Amino acid sequence: MITSSVAELSRALNARRLSSVELTGALLDRIDAANRRLNAFLTVDREGALAQARTADARIAAGTSSALTGIPLAHKDVIMTEGLRTTCGSRMLENFVAPYSAYVAERLAHAGMVLVGKTNMDEFAMGSSNENSYFGPVRNPWNTTCVAGGSSGGSAAAVAARLVPAATGTDTGGSIRQPAALSGISGLKPTYGVCSRYGLVAFASSLDTPGALGQTAEDCALLLNAMAGHDVRDSTSLDRPKEDYTRLLSANAGAKPLAGVRIGLPREYFGAGTESDIANAIEAAIAGFRSLGATTVELSLPNVEYSLPVYYVISPAEASSNLARFDGVRYGHRAAKYDDLMDMYKKTRAEGFGAEVKRRILVGTYVLSHGYYDAYYLKAQQVRRLIADDFQRAYRSCDVIVGPTSPTTAFCLGDNTDDPVKMYLNDIFTIASNLTGTPAISIPCGFDGKGLPIGLQIQGNAFAEAQVLNVAHRYQQMTDWHRRIPAEFAP
Amino acid sequence: MIPYPALFLQRFLVIMALSVDDVQRAAHLARIEITAAEAIDVQNKLEGIFRMIERMRAVDTTGIVPMSHAQDVSLSLREDRATESDQRTLYQRNAPAVEDGLYLVPKVIE
Amino acid sequence: MKWEVVIGLETHTQLSTASKIFSGASTAFAAAPNSQASAVDIALPGVLPVLNKGAVERAIRFGLAVDGTINKRSVFARKNYFYPDLPKGYQISQYEIPVVRGGSIAIVSPTRGAIKVALTRAHLEEDAGKSLHEDFRGMTGIDLNRAGTPLLEIVSEPDLRSSEEAVVYAKTLHALVRWIGICDGNMQEGSFRCDANVSVRPGGEAKLGTRCEIKNLNSFRFMHQAIEFEVRRQIELIEDGGKMVQETRLYDPDRNETRSMRSKEDAQDYRYFPDPDLPPLVIDGAWIERIRAEMPELPEPMAHRFVADYSVPMPDAVQLTWSRETARYFESAMQAPVGAHLNGKTAANWILGEISARLNRDGIEIEQAPVRPNEFAQLLARVQDNTISGSIAKEVLDAMWAGENGGDADAVIAAKGLQQISDAGAIERIVDDVLAANPAIVAEYQAGKERAFNSLVGKAMATTKGKANPAQVSAILKRKLAG
Repeated sequence: MITSSVAELSRALNARRLSSVELTGALLDRIDAANRRLNAFLTVDREGALAQARTADARIAAGTSSALTGIPLAHKDVIMTEGLRTTCGSRMLENFVAPYSAYVAERLAHAGMVLVGKTNMDEFAMGSSNENSYFGPVRNPWNTTCVAGGSSGGSAAAVAARLVPAATGTDTGGSIRQPAALSGISGLKPTYGVCSRYGLVAFASSLDTPGALGQTAEDCALLLNAMAGHDVRDSTSLDRPKEDYTRLLSANAGAKPLAGVRIGLPREYFGAGTESDIANAIEAAIAGFRSLGATTVELSLPNVEYSLPVYYVISPAEASSNLARFDGVRYGHRAAKYDDLMDMYKKTRAEGFGAEVKRRILVGTYVLSHGYYDAYYLKAQQVRRLIADDFQRAYRSCDVIVGPTSPTTAFCLGDNTDDPVKMYLNDIFTIASNLTGTPAISIPCGFDGKGLPIGLQIQGNAFAEAQVLNVAHRYQQMTDWHRRIPAEFAP
Repeated sequence: MIPYPALFLQRFLVIMALSVDDVQRAAHLARIEITAAEAIDVQNKLEGIFRMIERMRAVDTTGIVPMSHAQDVSLSLREDRATESDQRTLYQRNAPAVEDGLYLVPKVIE
Repeated sequence: MKWEVVIGLETHTQLSTASKIFSGASTAFAAAPNSQASAVDIALPGVLPVLNKGAVERAIRFGLAVDGTINKRSVFARKNYFYPDLPKGYQISQYEIPVVRGGSIAIVSPTRGAIKVALTRAHLEEDAGKSLHEDFRGMTGIDLNRAGTPLLEIVSEPDLRSSEEAVVYAKTLHALVRWIGICDGNMQEGSFRCDANVSVRPGGEAKLGTRCEIKNLNSFRFMHQAIEFEVRRQIELIEDGGKMVQETRLYDPDRNETRSMRSKEDAQDYRYFPDPDLPPLVIDGAWIERIRAEMPELPEPMAHRFVADYSVPMPDAVQLTWSRETARYFESAMQAPVGAHLNGKTAANWILGEISARLNRDGIEIEQAPVRPNEFAQLLARVQDNTISGSIAKEVLDAMWAGENGGDADAVIAAKGLQQISDAGAIERIVDDVLAANPAIVAEYQAGKERAFNSLVGKAMATTKGKANPAQVSAILKRKLAG
């Protein structure tokens, strides 16, 4: 029971078959048992969680609860949570206690979710394996010699091992979807601007998107319902009428629930370079969609191959500026020994940041510097528009675009750490929807020969979350990949 | 088809974009201390991505308007009202060095 | 070698909003350190900027006042550099597309008369915090209360040709921003700060010389001295065969010299790029028109109006419109019922002279003058209708200023018996007395000494303690001496 999905637990709690205190206590015990192995959590707040669980139980008893009341939750440690340590996986913020909460954290607390702790991540959200954390890597619950993916690796592993039913993450280049794929769970990145970035420690401001990780698309939709909303404190937050992202999921659509849905298959997603187990699983999933009534259409995204370099110009540039505030003056790490101000800055930042973060700051500084701005940053923003135009053209002939989330399944710890580019290539399928600001979800669709999960990505046009979630949901009603639990963590 | 670095190396011999001097200069601008060895390591590790970036730079973008925001929105404005209260004590809890409410730093030479 | 001096001024004006440009913290001055620095102002991780409508409104008002173009779409950019008083490690400013483009400011140059100084642009940006260099065990203290205060940076073209002109421009701009209510102009508190870009070139040369920027001039006197020094330094350097280097300098008032800023020699690469946290600022025409409709009459058109409607000479009109309160005082006096027939030139002279002197003496502003415009108008009316002479009027003004007789001109005149003597018979007697009492002076006059005449007039005035109508005294004296 305690390893059930959010939707199932919600029914159980509201039917009083289980209390939030029982559920929370049981999950806290699971976390205690598993965390040394997985390193998914950086902070666990037992006292706070149980207090919130008691409040939730009272609301349930009073009949004033809602869908998420009493359900345990974890936040990625890039999200500010008042009173709790928020480290961003970095030595720079090793002892930083958040003085305020992020908008998405406030919203989920308001919905009655019980915050059990903060999850491990690649430092400042830069990475695809969660090996860039100052606090050690996260291990994949399906095979603990493997990575869980990144940068939201801790959140993904926590959900995969059923330590929490749901967790938040942030997705700048694939950081929710790719770890979801490698960990065999569902991970949703909404349209940019639908969830406020206020309280998210910024990596790349024009790409960062808060989102949800859970066992199912339905769970992600339930969380998105609470997380989404206009926030006046974020100038990029969109003011739109409230949406129920679950609205298409409950409709009784008969035997062909995806009738009329056109699925786009970009030829660029189906070439060599993707592991064959993955390619086969995706083909099988596509056949599954057809059996649900969907039609498929082949199309081309000719500029999508430039997603990676565009991303690796724009995101480091924005990051180099966003991370300048970490200077040892007002908070965070400060070097113990220094000669003068310049020395203090340089040593503080050399000590506080890990190697990958430093590399990206240097790239970003370089591409923005005098004489290079036009050639790199401006150019990348132009190619970004070409990619966006490709997708706009594609969505004229299809409703969603489907393909693999990642070209590989979970690789071994240490496999890619010497070659940044090899690591960057993990995001080749996910990056484009960050550049275009459009929604996408990754859901499990099988396992490879080594028993490692395979992820399927469904992308939609701006504000098409409901449809994207629906396509994912119908697939999950037809299959049971999402119910599998790694043997080591089965209850 | 998504090409891999191996294919780049075969097909595109590109002049190294980032020199060690560039790395040192960027490190100074970014206020990060790096040794000579670290600078060389950074340069090596970034070689691959810069090759990809050079390919991107070769794309024809004549007349294309740069895309800096995902949606075409304009700025919302806030009414001019003082709404924040004094939270100095709370915010300075995380400060490395504070005295009389001031953040202390090594002496700034003008 | 005849040198030409070329100066451009960049002025940072703190806008008079209640809250910061990107956060809701208060902008009130001199609070306890860091008590007015919100999460956004101290750049905590995860915070974001939200633009203050009042800052934009003031920028638009300025653009309209200088007849510039309001860019309907402008963009905020990040200016990246490290300094302890810059919490984010970047300043949010505007780079390629500012909110105001062009415009001009009319000044009266001491050497070239009435000219228009062209403006390049005006843009919005945030102010940095303050570094306190008092010793905290060898450390510097940082106060971020000022961080995030809205600034409008106003950039002039290099149209100024002397330090005097630069000061007049700065003073005119200072008066204007106060006039339209966008900045309180308090230079001691740092509300109005200028950087001067100074270069020299041989007379007749079209190409600009290498310039130096003198930063943070916060008084007109220092501005004048700093530019004078810098011009001499540059000329000497070039004449000695040296090469001018573009650099940033600071003025040291104690030594009266400019010095190169060592830290800034480090070629600053600001890596400007559009701020991804702030979508473009779009200003619609309707908003601009609303602001235009609410604009007060500006100094220049008002000065022209004073010339046309009240026959005030232009230089006096310019001086009257230096401050909105002074202009208001003048116009209220002229518009008072008793002021309907006042001579505008006389009224202007009195305000710029006698009233002004008393304000300076007492250290008060014209709004606090104890003599209100209608009372002042009453006083002038009595001069104009010959009830009192001009010099007696000064005595009356003193009494009114001190609050005697309820500050009412007529009451004072009556109480002190200061009415002018204009009865012909009385003046005849006075003149006869003077002639009889001063035969020597009469003889001098008749010997041809014109000055003796003034002496006799003076004697007559003295006898009446200044109350005799001087014109009548002259006329009667002349008649009696002739015949």
